[in-house]
Amino acid sequence: MTVYYTKEHEWIRVEGAEATVGITDFAQSQLGDVVFVELPDVGRQVTKGGDAAVVESVKAASDVYAPVSGEVTEANQALVDDSALVNSDPEGEGWFFRLRLSDVSELDGLMDADAYKSFCDSQ
Amino acid sequence: MSDADAKTLPLDAWHRGRGARMVPFAGYAMPIQYEGIIAEHRWTRESAGLFDVSHMGQLIVAGAEAEKGLESVLPADLSILKDGRLRYSLLLADDAGIVDDLMATRRGDHFYVVVNGATKEGDIAYLGERLPRGVVLDHIKEQALLALQGPKAVKALSRLAPGVDALGFMTGGAFEIGGTAAWISRSGYTGEDGFEISVPAAKVEAVAELLAAQPEVKPIGLGARDSLRLEAGLPLYGHDLDTGTTPVEADLTFAISKRRRAEGGFAGWHRIARELEEGPIRRRVGLAVEGRQPVREGAMVVDDEGTEVGKVTSGGFSPMLEAPIAMAYVPAASAEPGSRVTLAQRGKIFEAKVVPMPFVPHRYHRKGAA
Repeated sequence: MTVYYTKEHEWIRVEGAEATVGITDFAQSQLGDVVFVELPDVGRQVTKGGDAAVVESVKAASDVYAPVSGEVTEANQALVDDSALVNSDPEGEGWFFRLRLSDVSELDGLMDADAYKSFCDSQ
Repeated sequence: MSDADAKTLPLDAWHRGRGARMVPFAGYAMPIQYEGIIAEHRWTRESAGLFDVSHMGQLIVAGAEAEKGLESVLPADLSILKDGRLRYSLLLADDAGIVDDLMATRRGDHFYVVVNGATKEGDIAYLGERLPRGVVLDHIKEQALLALQGPKAVKALSRLAPGVDALGFMTGGAFEIGGTAAWISRSGYTGEDGFEISVPAAKVEAVAELLAAQPEVKPIGLGARDSLRLEAGLPLYGHDLDTGTTPVEADLTFAISKRRRAEGGFAGWHRIARELEEGPIRRRVGLAVEGRQPVREGAMVVDDEGTEVGKVTSGGFSPMLEAPIAMAYVPAASAEPGSRVTLAQRGKIFEAKVVPMPFVPHRYHRKGAA
């Protein structure tokens, strides 16, 4: 199991050809109180860098992009009832969706935890 | 604008020291939030919140013809405004467009006028053109402005400035806070009881420190200021009001005093009289949006064919109602409470219902009221 990060502040936890996607703790702290999450439908094909979900804070709406291409296999229904999970546990219970990767090599350009930390520090 | 271009307010270091996240707003670096917008919002509704609104323009309008001069660009009846009382009013253009919204206080021999931060330079230029010669317009940049808002504001402030509890809503007076002279009015922008406090910029940090040391008080950022005023149904200039909207369209006819309606004689009167008589073609309304997703400023109001017939000018999530709310301009035919309207945002359709504002009841301290 490996976790990768994007410059758009998504994380992706990969287990074989399956992965779980969410937004990072840095992202949730920048957004503030999350009040709504729009999740992708199961079966939808998402493409690397393309829109996959929307997260709405009190202040504004932000797009969540797919870190890699693939087919959505599950959306986190817990966020529909309790979107504040994105704030309280962004890299755990607050995950957004799972997908089946269509091209594992797309992970190559993503950051590991150390690289992402340096990236956030430079923001 | 980048953070580096933003001017700093007198309390800049104080905000940063308290963990505020600063953002550029109205040309200044300002605190958007401290601990979080929802927590700050609820704290203000339950206890007392301290807001730094020093970006706003504080003006003095003085001279024998100050009242007459102001009445030429405001629809307020200043002749019946007693000393120490304030009025909400609108700075109007000749076509009835709203140049700014403001608070005007009669203070002895002059008027003390508070205008929006982003528009103050334009207001000063406009007033300079329109006020008669001999009227002195002074921008008092050396004053900072704080607001203390919430049901416990009176308890907290009375401890530091004895006597403020005797002020009724929309009245003000001269007080001292910790030895610093302060002009305090019972007014605000949250729908709650509370005060606005003008003190010298050189002393504002000490005053803020004293206020924030009261157990009822926490500092509150701009984020909660916006969600609080939205729940209170109060328009935000530059969003819900601009030079393309009139007071009648904006549903602010309460700001057009009885005598002024009858007599006219102020900028925009012709159009306003016609709109009062015939009704405006569109009106600012409150919307309760179905579902959980907020609909934001810029979303379209659409008719059955999908044609744009209006627009959302403010929208967000109400922390008290735990539901999305918005203000929008809609065609007059759809402006009555209970009307259904359809909104479109980023290709998605939302259903909403026109509801009376405020969304959350005002709790002003009106004298004579229980």
